[in-house]
Amino acid sequence: MGWGVTAVTGRVLVLDEPLSLWGGMDPATGRLIDPHHPQHGALLAGRVVFMPSAKGSSSSASVLAEAVRAGTAPAAFLLSEPDLILEIGSAVAEELYGIRVPVHVISPQRASVILDGSELRIGPRGGVTRAPRASDTGSRGTP
Amino acid sequence: MSSRDRELLAGGDGAGTAFAMRLVVRAARATGATHLIDITGAHVDSCLYHGKATLDFVDRLADGGTRVRVPTTLNVGALDLMHPELYRGDRRTATAGRKLMNRYRALGARPTYTCAPYQLADARPALGEQVAWGESNAIAFCNSVLGARTNRYGDFLDVAAAVTGRVPDAGLHRTENRRATLVLRLADDVPTALRDSDVLFPVLGIVLGRRAGSSVAVIDGLARDQSEDRLKALGAAAASSGAVAMFHVTGSTPEAASVDDALQRRPPLAVELISLAELRAARDELSTAVGERLAAVALGTPHASLAELERYAVMLGGRRIHDDVECLISTGRDVLAAASERGITERLREAGVELLVDTCSYVAPTLRASSGPVMTDSGKWAYYAPGNIGAAVVFGSTAECIRSAVAGRVVRDQAPWGGA
Repeated sequence: MGWGVTAVTGRVLVLDEPLSLWGGMDPATGRLIDPHHPQHGALLAGRVVFMPSAKGSSSSASVLAEAVRAGTAPAAFLLSEPDLILEIGSAVAEELYGIRVPVHVISPQRASVILDGSELRIGPRGGVTRAPRASDTGSRGTP
Repeated sequence: MSSRDRELLAGGDGAGTAFAMRLVVRAARATGATHLIDITGAHVDSCLYHGKATLDFVDRLADGGTRVRVPTTLNVGALDLMHPELYRGDRRTATAGRKLMNRYRALGARPTYTCAPYQLADARPALGEQVAWGESNAIAFCNSVLGARTNRYGDFLDVAAAVTGRVPDAGLHRTENRRATLVLRLADDVPTALRDSDVLFPVLGIVLGRRAGSSVAVIDGLARDQSEDRLKALGAAAASSGAVAMFHVTGSTPEAASVDDALQRRPPLAVELISLAELRAARDELSTAVGERLAAVALGTPHASLAELERYAVMLGGRRIHDDVECLISTGRDVLAAASERGITERLREAGVELLVDTCSYVAPTLRASSGPVMTDSGKWAYYAPGNIGAAVVFGSTAECIRSAVAGRVVRDQAPWGGA
């Protein structure tokens, strides 16, 4: 299915609390719409979104696929624990639209080093590094 | 993988089934499972329209005459197919939503269109049965209250499991992962009246979700044999504020005859108390509107059971809903049919209640005054409605909701909360 063949880059957005994409992200605008969330109103589109963990509705996979179709999806997700719902949403979006939104788990130690608002590159095998240039927010490179 | 699995993957049962099998294999890799297991049933949430991507997916899945391989129930869709006049949104979304619901029915799934499939006697898996369920409240209920085994199957993977009949042997399918690691107890300052009150359960659920996240907790110290409706409210709220797929309540859920049982005789990682102050704060956070003004009352999230519908009718006791208030109760079409046979539907309609099936009032644009204030007894409704339909919410007990609906303004009863 072509999973894992390209790298993506984007500026990091650290969410202070977990987010359910369903009820929490509007795929029409790419914004965070959960009024209970401290970052209500933040733009998720094109960002490398770090979540302490995922939560909530099992419909989040559909919201992610729809956001990919609409061009409003985050560039990637970094999680501190695996989340099957985002993983499958990402897999379906790639199969339907050929666009990959990587979903990767990173350790708290690694997170503390890289999650400082910088531009990140997620490699084809899930390696997370600082991107060489800060100008190409959300763009999708090739290996 | 069995030779049959490989055959499906290779397209032996059509391109759609092969696509489904790829998703199951992907899930196995993501969860670190070494093999797949059979399931005996599925509950599919993918039939709720979330934009064109959801139709694109089912088109791809249906390719090659795909059919579900195990008995499969369907979750709520975007509109009430039995009472389409209740839909107040735009036509195009309604048409697409209806199309999606019909596409899933055409895969061979049963058109139950309910978020509470566990209320259907012939769709309830038994203790220990392996199934694949979507819909966060149903997942929590299935694992916790029925003792059947499912992971949090999100959209797409739920139906992929239904058409392949296979899931990764991982997570809550395995006994050792069903063990509670967190013990939660109500602190001594939580009044007895609140412990005995229905309103405790959605609020406790919100706290449970925050405390437990995606881990399994056991709630200890409540009276034994709590009703399924209370456990439904607890799980639905916990699966909204957290990623709770399973919880135990000692003396009420089947894998928790005792705390030790829930812990599988190993020490917990933590034992925590929940104070009255924390419960009050969780309750207050569920309300986004202040004052007495009331536009609507929304009950039945997750879908009202037959017992709940009867209780609403008894609580109304022949009184009518106030002319300025819209009272909408969501339930499943099968429960509605059972309620109609018993004359309950008629009593509720005579009182001025509107009954909604196949969908939910915070999913579908059904409320006349959707901006509210809308009063609800559901932690889940209160949690999602502000983001989903832009409603201002007043959270209260079922009794407060019914009294308010009749009075035409928000009526409070703080007695169970120790007066504040």
